[in-house]
Amino acid sequence: MITAKTARARRSDPGMTQTSTDMMRQDTAASASYAIELRGISKAFGPVQANKDISIRVRRGTIHGIVGENGAGKSTLMSILYGFYRADSGEILINGHPTEIPDSLAAIRAGVGMVFQHFKLVENFTVLENVILGAEAGGLLRPSLAKARGLLKDLAREFELNVDPDALIENLSVGHQQRVEILKALYREADILILDEPTGVLTPSEADHLFRILRGLKEQGKTIILITHKLREIMDVTDEVSVMRRGEMVATRTTSETSPTELAELMVGRKVLLRVEKTPARPGEEVLRVDGLRLVDAQGVERLRSIGFELRAGEIVGIAGVAGNGQSELLEVLAGLRPAEGQAWMNGQPLPLSGRDCDAQARRARRIAHVPEDRHRRGLVLNFHAWENTALGYHHDPLYNPHSWKMDNAAIIRDTQAKMDAFDVRPPDPHLKASGFSGGNQQKLVLAREIEHAPDVLLVGQPTRGVDIGAIEFIHQRLIKLRDSGSAILLVSVELDEILSLSDRIIVMFDGKIMGERLPDQTNAQELGLMMAGMA
Amino acid sequence: MDMMVLVQVLESTMRLATPLLFACLAGLISERAGVFDIGLEGKMLVAAFMAASIAFVSGNVWIGVVAAVGVSVLMSLMHGLASITFRGNQLISGVAINFLAAGITVVIAQNWFRQGGRTPSLSGNARMARIDLPFAEALRDVPVIGPIYHGILSGHALLVYVALLCVPLTWFMLFRTRFGLRLRAVGENPAAVDTAGVSVVGLRYAAVAICGVLCGLAGAYLSTGLSAGFVKDMTAGRGFIALAAMIFAKWRPWHALGAVFLFGLLEAVANRFQNIDILGVNLPVQAMQALPYILTVVILAGFVGKAIPPRAGGAAYVKEH
Repeated sequence: MITAKTARARRSDPGMTQTSTDMMRQDTAASASYAIELRGISKAFGPVQANKDISIRVRRGTIHGIVGENGAGKSTLMSILYGFYRADSGEILINGHPTEIPDSLAAIRAGVGMVFQHFKLVENFTVLENVILGAEAGGLLRPSLAKARGLLKDLAREFELNVDPDALIENLSVGHQQRVEILKALYREADILILDEPTGVLTPSEADHLFRILRGLKEQGKTIILITHKLREIMDVTDEVSVMRRGEMVATRTTSETSPTELAELMVGRKVLLRVEKTPARPGEEVLRVDGLRLVDAQGVERLRSIGFELRAGEIVGIAGVAGNGQSELLEVLAGLRPAEGQAWMNGQPLPLSGRDCDAQARRARRIAHVPEDRHRRGLVLNFHAWENTALGYHHDPLYNPHSWKMDNAAIIRDTQAKMDAFDVRPPDPHLKASGFSGGNQQKLVLAREIEHAPDVLLVGQPTRGVDIGAIEFIHQRLIKLRDSGSAILLVSVELDEILSLSDRIIVMFDGKIMGERLPDQTNAQELGLMMAGMA
Repeated sequence: MDMMVLVQVLESTMRLATPLLFACLAGLISERAGVFDIGLEGKMLVAAFMAASIAFVSGNVWIGVVAAVGVSVLMSLMHGLASITFRGNQLISGVAINFLAAGITVVIAQNWFRQGGRTPSLSGNARMARIDLPFAEALRDVPVIGPIYHGILSGHALLVYVALLCVPLTWFMLFRTRFGLRLRAVGENPAAVDTAGVSVVGLRYAAVAICGVLCGLAGAYLSTGLSAGFVKDMTAGRGFIALAAMIFAKWRPWHALGAVFLFGLLEAVANRFQNIDILGVNLPVQAMQALPYILTVVILAGFVGKAIPPRAGGAAYVKEH
């Protein structure tokens, strides 16, 4: 896109209709103010075109954001710039000079440093050892370590990058581990720093700290590329932002002249509802009632304390709370995954919370479906094909298992195909392994499996964790649709926005107790926040 | 037990522990770099055969040692090719090397020397000479020091001392040099090494080659130092015992020294006391000879506490982000 613009500019300039050498000189002069310029980068992994003819310019001394949905090709592009992958075609210019980057060593030499989403640290090495690895001062370690120790002290003072140099990585918090990654890059004298989804693993205060560090680095003249799918971060810290969609670069904007809405539209390629549109709930009969529910874990800690609530047909009840206050345990108890004390009734009939008839299969027989919080560990078998995952938990369904001993695989595959089409799972291939789908599409697979059996109660944990904007919107609409068809939904989420926009009633949990119940239009994030902190 | 017997047993422990020590350090270096190697046994066997036959033919044991190291490194590189370059299963590649070694040594030996798969006995310069340490004779009759220095430490083949020297060398290499830092890192998290701009493949090949050299020395000592010639299957599971010692030592060189001495001691005791009476029960010789293997099983079954292997061990490196 940018190359096209340059070409247009060239055509309109009468002085530029000359030989190719002149044009090249012109190009180099023009790109001297850019720390990085990528021209026509393409990269395919087998049949998947991860990057298609991508061009981008990053101004020196700025923070440049790259946004896009999961799987848009952001990480691949940056991994090419860092020499982790090689592009199939295209050109890389660093500070105006065409640069070959066949491996990470070349990138490091060219002054490029990268902080990967999944840190590349040796867990049982110290901070110092990780920092010098690959950039040692000589054959023996002692002088290298001493040199690094001094430099680290300077960097820590300059950029608030405090880390104990002798601590083992495995004993550090993720926030500190990330600082080590930044230190690694700075130790290699990187001028250009790429951060891939840096805040995905950070707490809000750690993220704020990171942004302070990044601004400090920018003031020192460093160029920073920030890959994220969180628009708020883009608006907060970047100077310019480029948007990627399905392997292509669709636009570059000056951050101050754009809006989250515009960026979201560019990312998804159509208008996005940042608020969920829904009609008021028309709650019907009581479906599920829980009373005096109590759970004590193996360590003897009381995780749930006399929980009681009811769930009616056609409503969504959101459970808000800071992670770790008993919401996960509540879901597990209701899904039959762990026994608890107390009483429950489903459609008026007692529902055992412990004993022999308390397992996931028995719950499904009572028309309670469950979308687990951790789809990788509990929602899917990543090594199974999509169609095998679709049958999980429903393998007694007469459609899948007509003879009660021999599965009808063809029927399962057909049904999976139908579910994939209904839920817009991409790629719609039942034979692809679950691990081959992006996070959003994996979640759609799980939701399709549970929702399409039209349960009376759907238990949903973190339905949109690690899911991109387009898929979030789709998942929200599906949940509303299920509610409107008369199912009851119990929604557990740590995203307060999600709770507020989806729920018809909100229950706040703190320390294993229910702190209170609110109606979404009669409360706000501040009040809920106080309740979640146990202060109301 | 009198003093004389103790000295004899410990002296024999030194010799029996030497091939184990070489092999154990070989495995340690390879696994520290993330390449599991159960082919130690096979490499030792081929090296033992090569050392004995070349020493016999040339009449010079050191030519035999060089040949042994050469062939062992070659087999290591085969393992490297299969498991590093072609990302094959490291265990299967190791098993293949063991089978290959067990078969090929006997076939070639039979074809070459026609003595039923063994090499002719070695003598003179074709065997490793014993080295008397300085002042050993003079200190012979000094109490305590005499028996230890003259009786136990002195009078072994050169490779015994080389093996002992390899312990501090390995330790220094692993924990005090740049190469060692990278080697350990590649066994823990190859992606960290790759993104730091260092070749994962290069490092792993280097580790595997060092492993080959050490296995070569282990095999050579076995057939030209410990015995006087190659016999079919003469390694007798020492490669696996070395692996057990390595796990026992939790991949640490100094601990490896202790572990192989324990195994060496058991073997020495079994050799020295053919039958033992314990409380009137006569323990047959086979039971004594089984001791090192029983200990191996016990160790591998995890009765020695938690041994955490290098985290990236056993898996080929594939780029992912």
